[in-house]
Amino acid sequence: MNMDALLLSLRLALCVSAILLVIGMPLAYWLAYSKWRGKFLLESVVALPLVLPPTVLGFYALVAMGPHGPLGKLWIALFGQGLAFTFTGLILASVLYSFPFAVQPLIASFEGVDRKLLDASAVLGAGAMRTFWRVILPLSLPGVVTAIVLSFAHTLGEFGVVLMVGGNLAGVTRTVSIDIYDRVQSLEYGEANRMALVLLAISFAVLSVVYAVNRRVWTPWAAK
Amino acid sequence: MDAVGGEVTTAMLAAQIRKERRNAGAPSFVLDVSLEVPPGITILFGPSGAGKSTLLDCIAGLARPDAGRIAAGHEVLFDSVGAVDLPPQKRRIAYVFQTLALFPHLSAEENVAYGLSAVSADEQRERVGEILSAFHVENLRNKKPGEISGGEKQRIALARSLVTEPRVLLLDEPLTGLDAKLKSAIVDDLRTWNAANRIPILYVTHSREEVDALGERAIAIDNGQVVSSGTPMDVLDAPRRKRLAQAAGFENLLEGTVLDLRETDGVMRVRLGLTACELEVPLGYAAAGDHVRVAIRAGDILLATEQPRGLSARNLIEGRMASLQPRGTMVLAHVDCSGVLFSVHVTPGAVRALELAAGRRVWLVLKTHSCHLVE
Repeated sequence: MNMDALLLSLRLALCVSAILLVIGMPLAYWLAYSKWRGKFLLESVVALPLVLPPTVLGFYALVAMGPHGPLGKLWIALFGQGLAFTFTGLILASVLYSFPFAVQPLIASFEGVDRKLLDASAVLGAGAMRTFWRVILPLSLPGVVTAIVLSFAHTLGEFGVVLMVGGNLAGVTRTVSIDIYDRVQSLEYGEANRMALVLLAISFAVLSVVYAVNRRVWTPWAAK
Repeated sequence: MDAVGGEVTTAMLAAQIRKERRNAGAPSFVLDVSLEVPPGITILFGPSGAGKSTLLDCIAGLARPDAGRIAAGHEVLFDSVGAVDLPPQKRRIAYVFQTLALFPHLSAEENVAYGLSAVSADEQRERVGEILSAFHVENLRNKKPGEISGGEKQRIALARSLVTEPRVLLLDEPLTGLDAKLKSAIVDDLRTWNAANRIPILYVTHSREEVDALGERAIAIDNGQVVSSGTPMDVLDAPRRKRLAQAAGFENLLEGTVLDLRETDGVMRVRLGLTACELEVPLGYAAAGDHVRVAIRAGDILLATEQPRGLSARNLIEGRMASLQPRGTMVLAHVDCSGVLFSVHVTPGAVRALELAAGRRVWLVLKTHSCHLVE
């Protein structure tokens, strides 16, 4: 079994879900509570990766990251090396690709918090930050778990974007799904099967966590 | 704090508020009130949809008036002319919602301590302990809101609001759904607390019972306007509008025409509708020939099966029993008096003793001052 590829995939998925959590929370907060009438535009942008073929997203990411693309040029100026076909480039593209899987559960759970609780928090003197950390976030924990788990699982299983942006460099950008594709191409069905099973098991475990959390199997407080 | 060395705080809440609710561009509802709330409990009374909650939201800073001024004592909280609009966090106004809005993931103690983030941990513990015992819920400290009863939740919500030492307390029907005994126990605790702290308390209700039991003063609002204010008795017994009269439990609301005024006796005679039925009512701002409305409580009318004599009550009306409907421990009787239908409350015992039945000939006895003129 190709442990390198598995570890690389896990590392990528971990990084991506961490990054998405950090940038997804403020964005989801804004999308959940802003009264700006044009916010549907941003919502559409966030949801785009759901409907775009990964190759389209990967293509644009590759062009932007290439040595002549704006992002690639900026990166070379800042760090002295390009983005395309690197692990960092892979992370950036995956963040875009898994964006809706992190942001949409967050928006849904933030919107699900009773507005009266936010009013109560305000009249008790709490500002927006304190209200977020003490009320909104604890009551949105199932949504947060869902966001982390879904973006993790989605990144773990991506193929098209990785192929476009990362190529197939062993130990750098050869993830599990690419590895499986490789094995099948070279008729190593046994090895492909083992890798595929691992991915299947991980995906099932991860989705079980999401559904259990949303059924409030482990939540510490009674559901109303 | 305004109080210095034991001096009593006399910070009054004064609010002039105008707020329009628009529906497709056209104002569908206008709240336009001016009120003063001195320390103590003032009841804000009115039918649902009268604008009570909107008014409280404006005072608390959760809704923004279109125009007006809100001040607590010397501090201006909102002034559309002076462009003052303190956020709710800075108003020091406590607000207990109808839904209570306790934080479901925090224990009772953590809920109560929520508004005390600015004080030291020691002081926090002390003040939370004090207020929990003042409202008799110290044993619930570690319980989550989902684990405690309705009445206890109401006590926790009151404690959470009052522990912050607010300068005004707003209560939006906080005791709905509780039985009368529990309600009065909680209100007693609130009174005890307020005897020591004396802040203006605005208590919203549409229950007549609560107006009688709680308030030192009452303000009645309807359709976005203050329609009367004064003692609870004044406000309840002088309903100025039909909707308010119904909300206040005046089951009989009768249309009539003023026949004549007897100013020396302080009364006037009113003919009900186009019937021969006449009532003597207290003198009001009306002239002979004016159209008026008279409100009478079903519980203020006496029923007799023989023509009574030698009574001080001035209104004696003959009629026929139209129907009798049991309503819990009471029977609602409808009596037809030459075309005017009166609602009368009698006890089941009286129904048996007088052998009341539909079709029976009866006399209604009404004191002049049980008849209230409605504008």
